[in-house]
Amino acid sequence: MSGTHASTAPPSYLVDTGTRKGLMAWLTTTDHKRIGVLYLGAMVTFFMVAMGVGFVMRLVQLTTFQKLISAQTYNALFTVHGVIMIFLFVIPGLPAVFGNFFLPILIGAKDVAFPRLNLTSWYFFMAGAILAVLSLFTGGGAPDTGWSFYAPFSLKTGTNVSLAVFAAFVLGFSSMLTGINFITTIHRLRAPGMKWFRMPLFCWAVYSTAWIQLLATPIIAITLVLVILERFFGIGIFDPAKGGDPLLYQHLFWIYSHPAVYIMILPAMGAITEIIPTFAKRTIFGYKAIAFSSIAIAAVGSLVWAHHMFTSGMSNVAQIVFSLLTMIVAVPSAIKVFNWVGTLYKGSIDFQPPLLFTLTFIFLFCIGGLTGVMQGALAVNVHLHDTYFIVGHFHYVMFGGTVMGFFAALLYWFPKMFGKMYSKKAIYASWFPMFVGFNMLYFGMLILGMLGMPRRYYVHLPQYHTLHVVATVGSWFLVLGLLGFFATLLYAIFKGEKAEDNPWGGLTLEWTIPSPPPVENFDEIPTITAGPYVFPQEAQ
Amino acid sequence: MSDYTHDSHVSTEHAVAHPGYGIFIKVWVALVILTGLLVLSSHFGQSYAVWGLLTLTPIKAGLVFYYFMHLKYEGALLKGVVLITIGTLLIFFALLFSDVAFH
Repeated sequence: MSGTHASTAPPSYLVDTGTRKGLMAWLTTTDHKRIGVLYLGAMVTFFMVAMGVGFVMRLVQLTTFQKLISAQTYNALFTVHGVIMIFLFVIPGLPAVFGNFFLPILIGAKDVAFPRLNLTSWYFFMAGAILAVLSLFTGGGAPDTGWSFYAPFSLKTGTNVSLAVFAAFVLGFSSMLTGINFITTIHRLRAPGMKWFRMPLFCWAVYSTAWIQLLATPIIAITLVLVILERFFGIGIFDPAKGGDPLLYQHLFWIYSHPAVYIMILPAMGAITEIIPTFAKRTIFGYKAIAFSSIAIAAVGSLVWAHHMFTSGMSNVAQIVFSLLTMIVAVPSAIKVFNWVGTLYKGSIDFQPPLLFTLTFIFLFCIGGLTGVMQGALAVNVHLHDTYFIVGHFHYVMFGGTVMGFFAALLYWFPKMFGKMYSKKAIYASWFPMFVGFNMLYFGMLILGMLGMPRRYYVHLPQYHTLHVVATVGSWFLVLGLLGFFATLLYAIFKGEKAEDNPWGGLTLEWTIPSPPPVENFDEIPTITAGPYVFPQEAQ
Repeated sequence: MSDYTHDSHVSTEHAVAHPGYGIFIKVWVALVILTGLLVLSSHFGQSYAVWGLLTLTPIKAGLVFYYFMHLKYEGALLKGVVLITIGTLLIFFALLFSDVAFH
């Protein structure tokens, strides 16, 4: 890919150039990069809170700390942990931060298509977050339903479910508006010569994700409004006592919430696809296969929702249909993994922290993915349903996949975003306890689940205690690694060495502009003449 | 803000000038008639009502999309977007029926 390098460096986006200064300049910005950083700050904060909640939940499984909290508080904690992690971290995740920051740059644009709408999305996100926090301390207290708000319990419980689901409703608007913005940006603002198959693959992933955001989110929004109406007015949509159908709630919830899993993972896959060619120093293996597999994951992933409901009393026909579809969705995911490994094969590997986290992503995601395929089989699913196996599986996918992908992307693009370089040694040092702790915690959960330990239980039987201790000790290592990771990056923002414009030798457009990027990214819009991953030694 | 557009093969420009009020009035009359048929079908029993809803309501929605929401006058891109959305909805319905119809 060729681009026009900025000859004289205009001020970076971090410098206040408008009439407003300081905090007000940030809160009223329409610059896509600043909005990306606003999301990053908010989301990392939420992540730390939810991590703390998870840490306490693990402590309770030790005999010493069993009386630390009550059973009711434990129910509230797993709900809060899930709501924050799902709705405030992994769903907005990579699109909100790196999509906002890098999508326009990667396609050679000065901003997203609707900059003001972009800022509005952030305000919706923050409003939803504030409402979610308020729901913990108002009304009947923190919801105790789990993050899925299943009816009819969510209709009956005295806890503050109404405000919590309204918070999720507001967050949905943020997601939809961002989706509209990204779709329009990719269709309308690509630089001259930036054909569809010259786009970096992260853009394909964000594009596929945006479609899911746009098509699936309205369904959960309406469903949550129905929950509120049912709680206040008893309209009888989901409550069987009033002629309603609780299975309908489950369908409507998962029609959104399963595709949401792909909202979470697809952009992480896109970031991984950017990182691998840069550190393998060779072009991506199977560009079109990866691009189309993103679309295929988005499409087929939207049709598998009812595999969350195999034990709910759904019809046998539906169970077979959804079991089959679930198996099929593994194919495009496997295509991606094959292509990533194919790219690394015989590459000139430059082993750096982003690649370490990328390989971690592939390893952990494969475990998460394969344990997911296991559950697609009906008979296995009945045994594993609502056990710790499920908790272990989705943490391998969501944490091992999305969050490790998020970390890899953060490490990869951090020098560009902030113009500073972090301590690589400190990152390696934090990776080790993170990786060991992760596998102790979540592989322990997989085994616990196979042995029959149900999820969301405040206490456990003695035969499960040893593995609970292993998992809890693992959580300590994990938290230690995470704290080290964030502390290293925070230190680098303020005290880090100045980063080069292209520290990794990447070829996509963001590496042709200064670090940190100027306000409108490019002095003049670049003209694209080739694909994004053509390394010089390969072109010869 | 970027004021450039490079996707020259995709256009959302209006293909034709807007028509007069006559067509909108005709569509409105058609909507009233279809609503009447829908209400009428419900008097023949539940299955008629359900089939009425499944067939007549999409036609009504299509007329609203096509004329009142100006889809008829949009380019291929926007028509494609709407088609994908409606197609997705239909697939969701079909999959839901794989449960509901076999309870």
